Amino acid sequence: MTAQEHQRVATELADAYGTRSPVNPPSASCAMTLDDAYAIQALQVRRWLAEGATVKGHKVGLTSRAMQRMLGVDQPDYGHLLDTMFLASGERADAGRFLQPRVEPEIAFVLGRDLTGPGVTPVDVLRATDFVVASLELIDSRIRDWKITLADTIADNSSSGAVVLASRPVLPGAVDLRLTGCTLYRNGTLVATGAGGAVLGDPVRAVAWLANVRAATGEALHAGDVVLPGSCTAAAPVAPGDSVRAEFAGIGAVHVSFGWEQEEGAQ
Amino acid sequence: MNVAEAADLLLEAEAAAKDREPLTDDWPELDLATAYAIQDETLGRRLARGERLVGLKLGLTSVAKQRTMGIDRPLVAWLTDAMLLAPGAPIGTGLIHPRAEPEIVFVLGKRLEGPGVTAAEALGSVAAVYCGVEIIDSRFADFRFKLPDVVADNASAARFALGPVGVDPMSLDLSLEACLLQVDGDVVDSATGAAVQGHPAQALAFGANTLAERGLALEAGWTVLTGGMTDAVPLPPGSTLVAEFTHLGSVVLRSEALPQP
Repeated sequence: MTAQEHQRVATELADAYGTRSPVNPPSASCAMTLDDAYAIQALQVRRWLAEGATVKGHKVGLTSRAMQRMLGVDQPDYGHLLDTMFLASGERADAGRFLQPRVEPEIAFVLGRDLTGPGVTPVDVLRATDFVVASLELIDSRIRDWKITLADTIADNSSSGAVVLASRPVLPGAVDLRLTGCTLYRNGTLVATGAGGAVLGDPVRAVAWLANVRAATGEALHAGDVVLPGSCTAAAPVAPGDSVRAEFAGIGAVHVSFGWEQEEGAQ
Repeated sequence: MNVAEAADLLLEAEAAAKDREPLTDDWPELDLATAYAIQDETLGRRLARGERLVGLKLGLTSVAKQRTMGIDRPLVAWLTDAMLLAPGAPIGTGLIHPRAEPEIVFVLGKRLEGPGVTAAEALGSVAAVYCGVEIIDSRFADFRFKLPDVVADNASAARFALGPVGVDPMSLDLSLEACLLQVDGDVVDSATGAAVQGHPAQALAFGANTLAERGLALEAGWTVLTGGMTDAVPLPPGSTLVAEFTHLGSVVLRSEALPQP
């Protein structure tokens, strides 16, 4: 793809956030390599930074075998988390910001030190982790009906939407991150259960993978960064009016509800 | 076909490790009560040949599986000592198409008799909670069956293995007790105890209450398999399954490779 084509796809995807009308998969109309896709993602991040946003960390996606099999890939991907995406547990998410959201329970890592690849090992990740915290990722796709290839989701910032973080920091050594149980409830009904190890066998490996992949473009993970390593369960769809809660054994609970901004204004 | 003939066919299929068509193909009017009578008849024959009744298993405890089968409650079936695998033992040959399910397992310290048993009362009768893996092996081709078929077939019960440690059930939040299921080193699924009726004690209470409808109770010392936490995973010859739990230890099961021709 040419630089102009990168820019055209990046603009289409970035505009879809505002119009809330999904676009056709970019890979359907051009041959897009993974490098092309990350370049398109970077162009959108540059635009958001120019609009005043800041990068607060990254998410790793496609970390379960089930998801990788669904897309026919054998590797994860990553996207950027901007300050504008963050919510505190208990806050209401504006459903009007999303196109076709789904929710995933994750054990978020918060780094206390920089992590510079290549060669980052799981032990390096544990040493650099300040704490972990319960989180819900609201994934979303700007691509129609989630009809995505690996390159499509990468170009679309790895289908990022928003991040809900709980406020209880837990030392990574205080829990067994692989065997930490997780339950996901929507409107009080259990929709999924899982364990931390659903993420690449161990969520620590997802953070190490991210640090090493970022190193390929000369970038490091920074102290204070939030890393979402991937979901403990299959993603669950959410709709306006829904209330979603995840609970992690030994780490705690995190909650978000979906409403319309205009609804709140009308009250 | 009658109850005795159906029991014959099922035990023959099991002994020969040869699957067959569902009973309901030839016996479309087979109802649930008769299906349980067939199940009891097969138990009677197992006991007559020297096996010992050691407990109960619950099946179809997840809402998703119940929806697939068009029912709104689990089913129950019998466990005998012949189904229990020794620690480290391979699952053995003579199975048709074995699948494995990780489960939370209770061993009862007290008799538990319904009706009206609550989850809290049920938990109070438990002496120890174990992790376990159940090997199910439907005697029907391709696991194709209607509800009365699977009830008659003792809920596909075949083998079960227990983890290494019995834990005080009051010391754990079993709804958040997790299992990481691995086959040949790859994580294939994960779940927590909440996947079983919201809490495995709920499944135990259901077991006591549903037995009460047939004038039976859960007896002290019995082992109760509360139902699969994940979907059942196929265990082809030569594969190794590890079910690792947060506080209950692990079960490792090996399916022996077929002999080389």
